[in-house]
Amino acid sequence: MTPANGISVEVENLVKRFGEFTAVDRISFQTRTGEVFGFLGPNGSGKSTTIRILCGLLHPTSGRATVAGYDVVESPELIRRNIGYMSQKFSLYADLTVFENLRFYAGMYGVHSTELRGRIDWALEMAGLRGRESSLTGTLSGGWKQRLALGCAVLHRPPIVFLDEPTSGVDPLSRRLFWELIQRMSADGVTIFVTTHYMDEAEYCNRLALMNGGKLIALGTPTELKLGSIQGALLLLECERVGDAIERVRHLDGVRDVAVFGNALHLVVSDEAVAPAIRTALEADGISVAGLHTIRPSLEDAFVALTTRRANDAPTELSV
Amino acid sequence: MNLRRLLAISRKEVFQVLRDSRSLLTVLLMPLMLMSTLGYGVNLDTKHIRVFAYDREGSQASQDLLKRFQSSDYFDLAATVTDYRALGAALDDGRCQLAIVIPYDFSARLHDGRPVYVQALVDGSDNNTAELAIGYAQGVLASYGAVVQAEYLRKSNAPSVNPVLSVDARTWFNEDLESKNFIVPGVAAIVMAVVGVLLTSLTVAREWERGTMEQLISTPVTALEIIIGKLLPYFALGLFDTAICAAIAVWWFQVPFRGSVVALVVGSGIYLVAILGLGFWISVATKNQLAASQIGLVTAFLPSFLLSGFTFPINQMPLGVQPFTYLIAARYYIVILKSVFLRGTGLSFLAGPLIALVIYASIMVFLAKRSFHKSLA
Repeated sequence: MTPANGISVEVENLVKRFGEFTAVDRISFQTRTGEVFGFLGPNGSGKSTTIRILCGLLHPTSGRATVAGYDVVESPELIRRNIGYMSQKFSLYADLTVFENLRFYAGMYGVHSTELRGRIDWALEMAGLRGRESSLTGTLSGGWKQRLALGCAVLHRPPIVFLDEPTSGVDPLSRRLFWELIQRMSADGVTIFVTTHYMDEAEYCNRLALMNGGKLIALGTPTELKLGSIQGALLLLECERVGDAIERVRHLDGVRDVAVFGNALHLVVSDEAVAPAIRTALEADGISVAGLHTIRPSLEDAFVALTTRRANDAPTELSV
Repeated sequence: MNLRRLLAISRKEVFQVLRDSRSLLTVLLMPLMLMSTLGYGVNLDTKHIRVFAYDREGSQASQDLLKRFQSSDYFDLAATVTDYRALGAALDDGRCQLAIVIPYDFSARLHDGRPVYVQALVDGSDNNTAELAIGYAQGVLASYGAVVQAEYLRKSNAPSVNPVLSVDARTWFNEDLESKNFIVPGVAAIVMAVVGVLLTSLTVAREWERGTMEQLISTPVTALEIIIGKLLPYFALGLFDTAICAAIAVWWFQVPFRGSVVALVVGSGIYLVAILGLGFWISVATKNQLAASQIGLVTAFLPSFLLSGFTFPINQMPLGVQPFTYLIAARYYIVILKSVFLRGTGLSFLAGPLIALVIYASIMVFLAKRSFHKSLA
């Protein structure tokens, strides 16, 4: 079971190569018992590969990883008893009913017969599928399928749950419901290891690991990432003639970076005190400024800032 | 090995087969289809060879000879013609396979004790039938000749008649030498090879293709539990098909069943494990339904049909081909089937093929187990 030191997953210099391609490039991190640990990154950044290595489905090329205290190479079978896994692709049996899928996975995980009925009831309740026990799983809509898959993966009350893009292709309401379930399980002490490329979902995580090109580029709480990723301040500029404005402000003293966000601009500046100078410069060129104020960077800002740093930078340990 | 996990896999597999109409149809229709096409279609008997005759004499004696052709089961005297051209034309367009020409001096030569030559023209495009036709025709002429000779000797008051040597043949096991008795029991081996390999070759490949395998192997279930759990339902279906085949053979084709049911069930069970193991191994190795079913058909159906001794006796195959027949599970099972149906031998006499099948089945399950990894790469 989960070791007493409060670490559920420990990864050290993990590398996975497929031929010439390096999918996971020397990553190291730890997850604490009971936290929601998010793996954030674009498609192909190595999130799924890492999760599959941790579930014992792929062998690492080098490095070390332990899950619930067991080594992924030496004792994958012991790990499988202590985890629930939900793969990226929907992978329950479409030609079995809801109840048959639950019963099948209860059998696979060796749920004791005295507990069986209670756990299946719990999963039906959680997934909102009571009354649809005998529907063929293939006929359910995306959100229901997702919650049923989660139900199947945690029937045996695993201390650690791996969810690989659990909400891709699911409607926003179902995504919210799903994250409520995740928060509830986390509150019960279950460690949740979840990958996503939705920034809004990443906000729900206790800690986030940012992946890009197989590398771990930053690790911290969402707040730490947002604040620590940008040195200086972030200004939101609303004005006319956005194209001209970019050219005008780009070369002003104290402006580090300019990016278009919708019909406004985000300016990364060394200090928010440069704001009046920016307004003056724009108005001198006849560009009227509707608004210019300091904003808190979003995770997306942080992600863009972090991924555009030089690729061979060491991972950023962020703390406030 | 955990029995509950194994049975959970079996139960799931049963639900899936019951909901998959194509699998069900394969199980139900394959025995009927193969039994009727092979039972009726593969007929190695050469009977009722169509004969045209050109009787150039038209005497009592020549008509006697033609009656003997007519009364034989092997020949049908389809027509008599009055010139060579008609005979040639009949052979050309296939209206007859054998043409008999009786010479104009047939009875005169017989009477004088001079040698008589009856001409036989044979359609050699089917060499097997041609050879049999010549053989049967010689038989008819020889028996007629013996009668004529005896008559001649009697008339000439010869002091003693030399006994004519003859074989008094009695056929065992297939008394009427009907090829259906030889073919039909073996059809069960073909049916099981096709059904067994086809169904199991899909079962693992399907899970890889649909992504359900990734979920399955993330659980504590072991490879052997998956293999045996998946094979059990198909084993039951295979035995069901064996029973259908045996019932059709006995009650429809009237093939004798002289052996024990126990011997049939034991032999079929071991053969099934070998066949299912082969299908499973193909499925594990390809991870692709299309490839698995095609490889399954090529490795199961064709060799079982051609190289197992089902239609062609193995000892008449070219020497270079014979060693390969040992790689075909059906080879051993067909020996068992023919023995159980026709010879009535019990288990103890079938030790050889049974042991061969046990070894075969063990190797197949071992290969399937070795190829099955609980990992994605």
